[in-house]
Amino acid sequence: MLSQQLLNALTLGSVYALFALGFTLVFGVLAVINLSHGAVFMVGSYTALFVVTRFEMPLWLGMLAAMMASGTLGLLIDVLILKRLRARNAPHLIPMIATIGVAITLSSMAQGLFGAEIMRFPEGTIPAGEFIVGDMHVRAIELGIVGIAFAMMAALLLAIRRTQLGRALRAIAESPKAASLLGINVEGLFHGTSFVAAALGGLAGVLIGLDFNAITPLMGQPILHKGIAVIILGGMGDIRGALIAGLFLGFAEVMSKAYVSSQMGDAVAFGLLFLILLVRPSGLFGRVLERKA
Amino acid sequence: MEWLDNFWSTYNTLVYSIGVHALLALSIWLTLACGLLSMANAAFMGIGAYVSALLSLNAGWPFAAVLVAAGVAPALVALIIGIPTLRLSGVYLAMATLAFGEVVRITVLNLEITGGPEGLNGIPQSTQGWHIVAILAFVVYGLTRMQRSRVGRAFESIREDDVAASLMGIDVARYKLFAFVLGAAMAGVAGGLNAHFTFFISPREYGFENAVDILTMAVLGGTGSLVGPMLGAAILTLLPELLRFLNEFRGIFNGIVLVLVVLFLPKGIWEPRRIKALFARGGGK
Repeated sequence: MLSQQLLNALTLGSVYALFALGFTLVFGVLAVINLSHGAVFMVGSYTALFVVTRFEMPLWLGMLAAMMASGTLGLLIDVLILKRLRARNAPHLIPMIATIGVAITLSSMAQGLFGAEIMRFPEGTIPAGEFIVGDMHVRAIELGIVGIAFAMMAALLLAIRRTQLGRALRAIAESPKAASLLGINVEGLFHGTSFVAAALGGLAGVLIGLDFNAITPLMGQPILHKGIAVIILGGMGDIRGALIAGLFLGFAEVMSKAYVSSQMGDAVAFGLLFLILLVRPSGLFGRVLERKA
Repeated sequence: MEWLDNFWSTYNTLVYSIGVHALLALSIWLTLACGLLSMANAAFMGIGAYVSALLSLNAGWPFAAVLVAAGVAPALVALIIGIPTLRLSGVYLAMATLAFGEVVRITVLNLEITGGPEGLNGIPQSTQGWHIVAILAFVVYGLTRMQRSRVGRAFESIREDDVAASLMGIDVARYKLFAFVLGAAMAGVAGGLNAHFTFFISPREYGFENAVDILTMAVLGGTGSLVGPMLGAAILTLLPELLRFLNEFRGIFNGIVLVLVVLFLPKGIWEPRRIKALFARGGGK
């Protein structure tokens, strides 16, 4: 029983971490709380669903298409909206409100197009295999989700820590102005970061859609709240922190649902978050990273 | 006069809503005036609504006392959570208040006394139009006076730069707490008024989306003056009615309006200087 719950927690936590990774990346580099990340996640989910059902493509192509679609969306949001706000040097509340507008637009568009009911991947498109390890049932899809999420996170971490590109991103996170004086193409990297972050968000959407096999226009809302919790717990802009905090939130949620109360699971998560913010405003693992706009 | 009666019986809830929304928009304007972005006002509204509804339903308090309680209860909560929370700045405060809002929503959703997801039904319809008008007028008067007082100037200097303000001897923490608590009380009264004319309340009305709606009203109208938030409240209350023909695509329009305003009208719709300039040009003088 416990090991089964641990597996559920690992699956959920790794998707939370993947989602929060893009969220925190955007905050770290662009200094923007992008509240459209949940809607982008939802768009990824629907894209995969349509590629798989309408065009009868294999699931991996659906995932790729989801990443492309949501990545492009993220890029568009940056080019059309965030860029203008940067140019104006708007206070950080402003891009937050703008991305709320984007989120409302996208989710009501989805509601108008697909209706409010739950859509599911048709039978046979989700790998149905199952292993039995000890007394634990391991679904192949769960293994896949955990594997993909961790592979993506590892790739991103490596890219940021080891490559020239990552070094440039870290320089921008310290100070965009100084970075641009050093000859770094700051605007280009802002666009690239927006694309990658949104692509990861879209992929997380597909993975959640597969895990619960339920896709709805409003599915981005709860995960956005979880994502906010994760990046605060992990320290805003801190990638490793987001990873650990994502897994932690998955565990906290699954365990409190299993052993405390199925309804209060979310309250436990947010109550915890609220308390942690009071004790450690910069997050559990975070340093103080206040940047003046 | 018959025409007026017909009009009123069809649209009175709409007019009431505009008043309540104006009160809410002013409540977030107050915190914004002090440079705080609080996303907890929907939760404070919910606390006011539930406390007042429960007092009306179970304790049979008179309406005036109920309204006072609707303001006092969230103000007390704000006082308790405000002391530690307001140390946070900028986005951290927004996130903390957002988390607090979720805790309130989920708690209300799961408590027995609040009726869980079904909410509370059969709340007496004690709110009269003049209640809303009187309270709104009182609030506007009070805030106008405040703007020109020591407190208002302190808020302004804190909003511009809280370090500089504290160096000038302003007790930043205390003023911030004052704005936060007063905003909570206003939102709570709005919640109490709302609960007593809609007859029914449920946790769905006090979530993240509603916090965003309140913020949107203030930002859309413009936070430079008191007129802005009220104008924003009126527009965002009327817009869905006018766009009824768009059905489920209504939200798209709402979202796009929000983005466009942020992009092209950074100071909101009501910006006295711009409007004055417009008239000056139009008048040809």
